[in-house]
Amino acid sequence: MNKIIFGRYIPVESFLHKMDPRAKLIITILFIAVVFLANNGITYALLGLFTLLTIFSSKIPFRFLLGGFKLLFWLIIITFFLHIFFTKGGNVIVEIGAFKVYEHGLRQGIFISLRFFFLIIMTGLLTLTTTPIEITDGMESLLKPLKRFRFPVHEFALMMSIALRFIPTLMDETDKIMKAQVARGVDFTQGSLKERAQSFIPLLIPLFINSFKRAEELAIAMEARGYRGGEGRTKYRLLKWGIRDTAAFIILLVLTTALIVFRS
Amino acid sequence: MQIRTRNLEYRYNINTPFEHLAIYDINIAIPARSYTAIIGHTGSGKSTLLQHFNALLQPTSGEIQIGERTIRAGVKEKQLKPVRKRVGIVFQFPEQQLFEETVEKDICFGPLNFGVDIEEAKARAKEAIQLVGLPDDILQRSPFELSGGQMRRVAIACVLAMKPEVLVLDEPTAGLDPRGRREIMDMFYKLYQEQDISIILVTHSMEDAARYADHIIVMHKGTIYKEGTPEEIFAAPQELLELGLDVPQTIRFQMKLEERLRQSIGGLSLSMDDLVEKIMALIETRRKKDHE
Repeated sequence: MNKIIFGRYIPVESFLHKMDPRAKLIITILFIAVVFLANNGITYALLGLFTLLTIFSSKIPFRFLLGGFKLLFWLIIITFFLHIFFTKGGNVIVEIGAFKVYEHGLRQGIFISLRFFFLIIMTGLLTLTTTPIEITDGMESLLKPLKRFRFPVHEFALMMSIALRFIPTLMDETDKIMKAQVARGVDFTQGSLKERAQSFIPLLIPLFINSFKRAEELAIAMEARGYRGGEGRTKYRLLKWGIRDTAAFIILLVLTTALIVFRS
Repeated sequence: MQIRTRNLEYRYNINTPFEHLAIYDINIAIPARSYTAIIGHTGSGKSTLLQHFNALLQPTSGEIQIGERTIRAGVKEKQLKPVRKRVGIVFQFPEQQLFEETVEKDICFGPLNFGVDIEEAKARAKEAIQLVGLPDDILQRSPFELSGGQMRRVAIACVLAMKPEVLVLDEPTAGLDPRGRREIMDMFYKLYQEQDISIILVTHSMEDAARYADHIIVMHKGTIYKEGTPEEIFAAPQELLELGLDVPQTIRFQMKLEERLRQSIGGLSLSMDDLVEKIMALIETRRKKDHE
């Protein structure tokens, strides 16, 4: 449980941490689109360079980052092999029995894996360097124009921040109840698939019950403190767009232009 | 069954930026058939230590010996069920672990996991529910329609029904009313006297530690600060107060009284009866002096 770092925030002082969450959100979304522009060696190298630069400016140890995404890397490896074995075209490079590995397959395998890798790292870095509250504040600010179409922006942001706020609580509770049930003789790691699925019932039921209780208590506590929705509510933290954010946009713009120029 | 640790150390989130040394240099021996209290501030590592007692956590350095099993750092252990069958843990707020449709099923859950047959498990459920002082007819009710105090008792019964040789209690009475507290603590003590088990009690309450335990371990900032009999531990109340820990109210009273009288009333009063006896004796001698 401790090895999973997706969705966790690491408090350090860095360029990336100090950026405006709105800028980080937009850049991440744009990056996801831009990744698909790359289609040859040079463009993938450029993307790689950009990713490395981002990792470097986050001050998060590279090895820790790789270790944390271990599970997702299995997905990458599986995709890689799927492409190697099933994409045909070009010369045959290796032949193992009935399997033939084609030039295109290898190329495609490497490119798609890289694409996956960049996406995981970049979206991962967003949550690693931005607190959940910053993310929701950023979202709320970015979605504001939708208010005109009667979209409940504030309620949406509140829902998200509550959900994010309770992830660590829920994790702690899962850990606690899991331990209590293990002490009562449950084995979450052994047995057939059916037995293992059944062993989760003593974990899930208490978790659900506690969550419902907590939701009710939270609602009462909020009302007791005069919460009436977003109308007329002021903000404690104000978002500030800085020179850093503009700089990051310019770098992304340069990257995009370079990708368009060099792609084949 | 004896539990023994050698240079035990535990770090949370080892090899990550969140790495955190929770306990270190733990060398303790908890003999069979003993009542040990572990006291210390929040964050002193008590809860981390107790999770080692049935191998829920395995040391990151050093070793722990639980009965015949030795669990060493760096050795991946499998088949820990036998250990967990012998060491039962009642966690803080144990009522949060209840999940079955009826109280009976919930109590039978543990024993069934450890291979006890259904008839025996049901008999144990009945026995356990009586031990915790609840009526038999509660067995057929849903645990979620009980009051908080009743749920706590049911959760304790769940662990008792496993018939552990060592019973580890992590603040079992937190959040209960004074009467319920006393009843539950007395029940554990009776169990300790009548059956062949040892009890390890993690607590904030110095009263409970002084009243029930025959050995006290004081933890401070992740390691053992002091250990000994209640008399030895509370003989230096000033030391405990400096650590930010409490001393039993009878001792606090005795200290104040001796300060006022500018004379010792002799020994340490670990219980109310003890204190009353000493004060009576004091009054008696003063009266005699006045007569003379």
